[in-house]
Amino acid sequence: MENSRALRFVMPFIVGVGFLLLWEFLVRANGVPEFVLPAPSRIAASLVANFGSLMASLWITLRITLMAFVLAVIGGVGLAILFSQSRIVEAALFPYAVILQVTPVVSIAPLILIWVGFDRTELALLIIAWIVAFFPILSNTTLGLRSADHNLRDLFRLYGASRWQVLSELQLPSALPYMLAGMKISGGLALIGAVVAEFVAGSGTATGLAWRIIEAGNRLDIPKMFAALLLLSALGIVLFFVLSWAEHRLLRRWHESALKRES
Amino acid sequence: MTKQTPAATLVDIHGVGKTYDNGTTALQAVTTSITQGSFVSLLGPSGCGKSTLLRIIAGLITPSSGTLAWPATGGVRPDDIGFVFQDATLMPWASVFDNVYLPLKLRGKTRKDVEPQVMDALTRVGLAQFAASFPRELSGGMKMRVSIARALVTRPPVLLMDEPFAALDEFTREKLDDDLLALWQAENWTVIFVTHSVYESVYLSERVLVMGARPGRILHDMAIDEPFPRGRAFRAKPSYHAQCAAISDMLRHDVEA
Repeated sequence: MENSRALRFVMPFIVGVGFLLLWEFLVRANGVPEFVLPAPSRIAASLVANFGSLMASLWITLRITLMAFVLAVIGGVGLAILFSQSRIVEAALFPYAVILQVTPVVSIAPLILIWVGFDRTELALLIIAWIVAFFPILSNTTLGLRSADHNLRDLFRLYGASRWQVLSELQLPSALPYMLAGMKISGGLALIGAVVAEFVAGSGTATGLAWRIIEAGNRLDIPKMFAALLLLSALGIVLFFVLSWAEHRLLRRWHESALKRES
Repeated sequence: MTKQTPAATLVDIHGVGKTYDNGTTALQAVTTSITQGSFVSLLGPSGCGKSTLLRIIAGLITPSSGTLAWPATGGVRPDDIGFVFQDATLMPWASVFDNVYLPLKLRGKTRKDVEPQVMDALTRVGLAQFAASFPRELSGGMKMRVSIARALVTRPPVLLMDEPFAALDEFTREKLDDDLLALWQAENWTVIFVTHSVYESVYLSERVLVMGARPGRILHDMAIDEPFPRGRAFRAKPSYHAQCAAISDMLRHDVEA
């Protein structure tokens, strides 16, 4: 097992370093212009040179992503619980949640920006990122709440459990693995939503990483563009690992997905 | 040692039938009564409505015809009924202790107050040292014991069991059969036990209700007049085999008819 763990970290690392070295070599050997493809060393230098502004942008993007994610969890789980309590509410509202999901959010982004006002861009970005992120949590939690074992439901009935007890003791724990899977998808989507929203917002007041990319692109400062891109993907990776870790911690004692099997 | 059976009737089942919305008649006008403190098996092939009848008795299914009366408990269904399913039906996210604690928790009892009671139930099924384990760490037979401990923890006067040991291997099953009989003799329960095994029903019960399928109904009401405790010697007794053979014949006749 120690072996396979080492394998899982060492192998990607070797591939990554090899790739960077090859990249550096090809760019230098062929004299590729910097505005087409900068060498990794140039990107690193740009990251150091623009560290202050890039970190400020990273913070803005991170903040919007996290807030959108947290609100998506609250909204998604809350609405799913509401749906589970009333078939009528579910029947009435679920189609609209789907419409919200299937409409490409980029197409409503300009509208949201206009409505919210360009003086409050960050709020608009938050709303857009939230819309993108919230649906997987809603649909997964809804499914999870419904998938509680029917014999256990009968047992709860037999012991005269209240609605609240069924929800808190049976449905929510049953839904937890589904919820966490939804959250893993939503974490990535919140970041995508934040970036896409910023692209659409353009030269607003919010200056997250996506805006840095546009800005650097306009100035043909491609190394900086790559530096911003690097930070964005690092943010996505960190988000994914944090959520995967949380999932593992919460499910490891009981859920099939988190169990180690000897083979 | 014969068990003292109180004469009071626990439940009077009168003309109880169940037809589902899709038109299938799972159970047709069953009339019988169950004596308090007795061990009764509902035996039959799949589709004979034995589980349906058990769930009607539990109050989990509303019958489409007929009535249930509960003379021994003042006319109402006892609010304390233990139920054991074919699968252990444990909450995988909760420890063995918390699974057994569930019925008490749902009644608002605090963990601290009932800890001895939960541990006592676990002790009675021989799993006290596994209180902190999680269901997935247990074998099939142990999970079933947890399920029984959960049904026992409220000390219910009635225990309903829906093919509880059907999914277990034969050795585990015979062991649990014996444990169940010992528990039944120690307490003053009524046990209604659903099974499709002729041998198990004869081994365990004082009375076997033999049921037939399509439509589900009671074919025969058979008393197993053998002393308790019943052990391995009983499984070897000619009368045991004779009764098993008689019931098997009844079931075969019904299928062929």
